[in-house]
Amino acid sequence: MDEMKLIVQAPPHIRSPLTTKKIMFTVVLALIPAASAGVVFFGMRALLHMVLSIAAAVLTEFVLQRLLRKKVTIADGSAVLTGLLLGMNLPVAAPLWIGVVGSIFAISIVKQAFGGLGQNFMNPALAARAMLMAAWPNQMVQWVTPLDAIATATPLAIAKAGIPDTATLPLLWDMFIGFIGGSIGETSALALLVGGIYLIYKELIDYRIPLAYLGTVFILASIFGADGLNSGLFHLLAGGVMIGAIFMATDYVTSPSTATGRWIYGIGCGLITIMIRFWGSYPEGVSFSILLMNIVAPLIERFTIPRKFGEVKKK
Amino acid sequence: MRLKTFRGGIHPPKNKFTALDAIRPMTVPQLVVIPLQQHVGAPCQPLVKVGDLVKMGQKIGEAKAFVSAPVHASVSGKVKAIGLVDGTLGKKIMAITIENDYQDTPDESISGQKNLDNMTPDDIRNMVREAGIVGLGGAGFPTSVKLSPPADKKIEMLIMNGVECEPYLTCDQRVIIEETDTMILGIRAMMKALGVNHAYIGIKITMEGAIEALHEKILNEKGIDVVPLVPKYPQGEERQLIYAVTGREVPSGGLPHDVGVVVANVATAWAIGRTLQTGMPLIERIMTVGGAVQNPGNFTVRVGTKIEDMMMAVGGYSGTPGSIIVGGPLTGFAQFHTNIPLTKQNNGFVVLTKEQAEPGEMTDCIHCGLCVQACPCRLVPHQLSKYAKNGDTAGLEQFNILDCRECSSCAYVCPAKIPLLHYMRVGKNYVMAKRAEQKK
Repeated sequence: MDEMKLIVQAPPHIRSPLTTKKIMFTVVLALIPAASAGVVFFGMRALLHMVLSIAAAVLTEFVLQRLLRKKVTIADGSAVLTGLLLGMNLPVAAPLWIGVVGSIFAISIVKQAFGGLGQNFMNPALAARAMLMAAWPNQMVQWVTPLDAIATATPLAIAKAGIPDTATLPLLWDMFIGFIGGSIGETSALALLVGGIYLIYKELIDYRIPLAYLGTVFILASIFGADGLNSGLFHLLAGGVMIGAIFMATDYVTSPSTATGRWIYGIGCGLITIMIRFWGSYPEGVSFSILLMNIVAPLIERFTIPRKFGEVKKK
Repeated sequence: MRLKTFRGGIHPPKNKFTALDAIRPMTVPQLVVIPLQQHVGAPCQPLVKVGDLVKMGQKIGEAKAFVSAPVHASVSGKVKAIGLVDGTLGKKIMAITIENDYQDTPDESISGQKNLDNMTPDDIRNMVREAGIVGLGGAGFPTSVKLSPPADKKIEMLIMNGVECEPYLTCDQRVIIEETDTMILGIRAMMKALGVNHAYIGIKITMEGAIEALHEKILNEKGIDVVPLVPKYPQGEERQLIYAVTGREVPSGGLPHDVGVVVANVATAWAIGRTLQTGMPLIERIMTVGGAVQNPGNFTVRVGTKIEDMMMAVGGYSGTPGSIIVGGPLTGFAQFHTNIPLTKQNNGFVVLTKEQAEPGEMTDCIHCGLCVQACPCRLVPHQLSKYAKNGDTAGLEQFNILDCRECSSCAYVCPAKIPLLHYMRVGKNYVMAKRAEQKK
């Protein structure tokens, strides 16, 4: 009995089974439907893009942590997730090296340079995408049609060009299924929603951010858009709003952790997206809107600290 | 009926395996060790010397201070030692060791049954004080003090805490089911002492058999009602219970009587009821021995019984124990060994396996916000833990560290396995130290 070695610690003495690793791989799992849709629509090259991005992200993390003599944490799945998200945000016709360069940038500059997991102030995958867009603007807009891979424009680019003929715009139904030009993982709203609902059901993402984001986009596009061409529904289904609202804006590290803060943050993302789409020079504004909101997220959190329990007005 | 509750909280596995096991008497050990402090407040001074013969129920320790409670011999026998022993909180405490003569000779002062109708509020308070009754829910606040609210606070109701939201523990549940009459007698006494006409018994809707048992008994009891609550942790935390039952928030830094409420545990009511019925002071209580032991259950345990004696009585461990927790696994105290006496305050102990108790590898905070959602005090634990790590007292105060009730919900949910409650305590110490410094 005296030989017993007992664990003595501050409470709690039991812990929830949820770990960071489980969260990361559950999010990866939730992305599988959209990633699969990408492969179905854009072929094996899409798969290759995603695999290369993931491999580059994981390898970069491994090499950097080894060089810096830090604990190697590639098993936690966060680098896998970053690589996958970046791969899904590439046009399938882009050169294969582009995802590798993006992943190296995402992990080394955006994540590890700021201290690694939990310390980055921008979503690594999105920041890398923005960097790629700035560095290789031509390669990053090589859109093709699904299945037959003919060069095409995205619905947003068509709408932006202001072609009055609504006949050139895809059907909303095709946009919902994902039968349109766009990045590998962003086109199928259906597949993304399946993943999103799974994550909300698992209580791994807060419904507030996607709801606020998508709601704001829908309402503002309905108000400022023309009939058919720029309708609320069109803007929900076009471009990266779905993947952005469900999988990018909800990144824990770069979004507020308070309930009110999440509403404000989601609304802000929607607002900036619409401002860029309607009045900016880019056809798409999801990446930049989330990145901008990433930057103000700590500020939002600071100003939305909940009223503590028992904080009552002095009589 | 819409169930009442509070915002935040967690849903740990209940593991109430002993919920349906009737209360059994625990073997009375050869040696009982009676700590001189089993309550919040001034420690007692011993009233006996080594070698004295004591009788069951004899007062053996007392303090003059208002906030205190006397201690009594839980067996008859001979005082073997008075000195420091290891206590449940990991500190040495003064205690009186009595060698049991197995006669259970009652002390002459035990007056037998009392009639509540003939007692004034002061009589009740005196009886509760003399019987050494303290909050049996775990805090150990002297009940006589609780029954003497300041004159300027108007008490409107008594809320009985029957929530028992900690996993494994089932002793309160058994009290409600098996000792209903005694408990109700105690509630009546407290209502009379406080001069209130209403008592509400807060119970989780999932507590098997308890609501049925109560409904049957309180049908004819005027002014006592059951309030079914959402099964969630920490529903039994005093402030969350008051909020759920009344919708009132106890002000930060205030006490329940600031919102016209006194809260007491059902086991405390039982203890008062017992003293009214038998005249015997608080020398035994109901405890749960749960988790990885051979024969877990609910037991009547004499105050001062050591964990090792209780372990023998339940047939030893099942498997290799990882942690022995006095109290529940979310707020209880991990023990270094088992040669430690349990007191009036303790509602039992739980043995956790190595796998359960292993805290898991701590990784970096990913800012997921689960701790923010879980915190019933609506604090931001991840931020507070960072301030605590850096010793940033300004940040700690700005983010209201002192409002933390230490329920450990944040640390339970943390996927990065950060010991958030530990950091909360560190942070509180920083702020308290700074305030003490400023006072000088």
